[in-house]
Amino acid sequence: MSHHYIEVRRVSYAYPDGTLALRDISCRIEHGESVGIVGANGAGKSTLLLHLNGLLTPAEGQVVIGDIPVTEKTRDQIHRSVGFIFQDADDQLFMPTVLDDVAFGPMNMGLSPAEARARAQAALESVDAVQLARRAPYRLSGGEKRAAAIAGVLAMSPSILVLDEPSAGLDPAARRRLIALLCSFSHTRVIATHDLDLVLDVCTRVLVLHGGSLRADGTPREIFDDVDLLASCHLEVPLSLQRRS
Amino acid sequence: MSRIDVALHDLRTLDDLARRDTPLTRLDARAQVVTTLVFCVVVVSFDRYSVSALLPLALYPITLAALGDLPARPLLRKLAIAAPFAMLVGLFNPLLDRAPLLTLGEIAIAGGWVSFASIMLRFALTVGSALVLIAGTGMHELCAALGRLGVPGVFTAQLLFLFRYSFVLGGEASSMMTAYELRSGGRRPGLKDYGGLAGHLLLRAFERAQRIHLAMIARGFDGELRSAASRSWTRRDTLFVLGWCAFFLLVRWVNIPQWLGQATTGQLP
Repeated sequence: MSHHYIEVRRVSYAYPDGTLALRDISCRIEHGESVGIVGANGAGKSTLLLHLNGLLTPAEGQVVIGDIPVTEKTRDQIHRSVGFIFQDADDQLFMPTVLDDVAFGPMNMGLSPAEARARAQAALESVDAVQLARRAPYRLSGGEKRAAAIAGVLAMSPSILVLDEPSAGLDPAARRRLIALLCSFSHTRVIATHDLDLVLDVCTRVLVLHGGSLRADGTPREIFDDVDLLASCHLEVPLSLQRRS
Repeated sequence: MSRIDVALHDLRTLDDLARRDTPLTRLDARAQVVTTLVFCVVVVSFDRYSVSALLPLALYPITLAALGDLPARPLLRKLAIAAPFAMLVGLFNPLLDRAPLLTLGEIAIAGGWVSFASIMLRFALTVGSALVLIAGTGMHELCAALGRLGVPGVFTAQLLFLFRYSFVLGGEASSMMTAYELRSGGRRPGLKDYGGLAGHLLLRAFERAQRIHLAMIARGFDGELRSAASRSWTRRDTLFVLGWCAFFLLVRWVNIPQWLGQATTGQLP
């Protein structure tokens, strides 16, 4: 698994309306790292994440996942190793039952229905959500939807987990459970979020984006102690650190 | 609760009914789809003045509703919502067809009224059986069954997504209406307002559709919606289909109420 690094090489991307979302971004994330991507609204966090599993392809530069360049041709291969968890779980839970939804990925990988169900069951167990298997996604609470969405990605056995705003809309208890869950994973994790306290708890490294550019790359303490950097990027010191100081 | 919320609640209730474990939900959905289809064909195959001959067919939706422990009230309410459309179809029959067809004591009843009653009865039977089918199988089982019966995947996937995201979009529409009402000062929305709200909702729906598509691609979607749910056809399903179809054919060829009437009054033909 040591080859499952992520390398972003001088990536730039503009949306069809001309908005330049990423400008010359370069970074390398090693296997097993847990990296938080922080930045103000419109800083390019989600756009960068969408590049990590080929949902967007860069206008300039290249993204490489474990020696495989991310291109149209390699996209299926990349999707198996990079699991993407969307900001709005409703976008991801489109099948009629949670079990069907979690088994969606394994079924597309060519597994038999029985194998896919076994995988789905195991994935639901890993997020402590077996009791949701027969429920309809529209009947779940925010925290349950998030757990089901994560199970749907884990069922494909990815090496890398990419999460977009995972704690958005969760109540404090559900958020705490999510943090414990994320800490329990051994996968490489890339988490784009405004929840700086979650970054402190889960991440070993932080990338700061501002206006589509990479402004800083360091440990959480290095980044969150730099008050000037945070202020210039429209961020602030995490609440838990504010209380400590 | 807004009207949108009430409609969503009704839809949810119908789906929830199908998630319970009842003799009806234990049947393979394909058996129910095929039998209901045959039922509808038999109902519409009667001639336009048939009323009494159709009555025994009511046994099918009623039995299924009993097997599925389905409450009558929500189903009848949905039937009532659709009734005006059927009324519209038969509205002119009593006006155009005034020739007396039968007499009840001293009262002569025109053919138009009989055919109007026949239309309403057929409507109640076919729509009622369709409602029982949905409440007894659930939309997802129904779509899976249609797929396994050969309906192209693109249609069943559309139906499934329409159902799944009607809750999400309905919720958004409800929030938009609430937001409108809170700042409208009691003014009812006009056509222009509805246009703006609908346009906004459409754009939101487009954006969501794009995100869902990305989420599907990210999990290996290649155009075919596969389901891991296991379903197997048993002897009970075969008996269900054959038993009911035999009953439908019997009702089609023998006017049971008339025969019973003649048998009990001793006036056999």
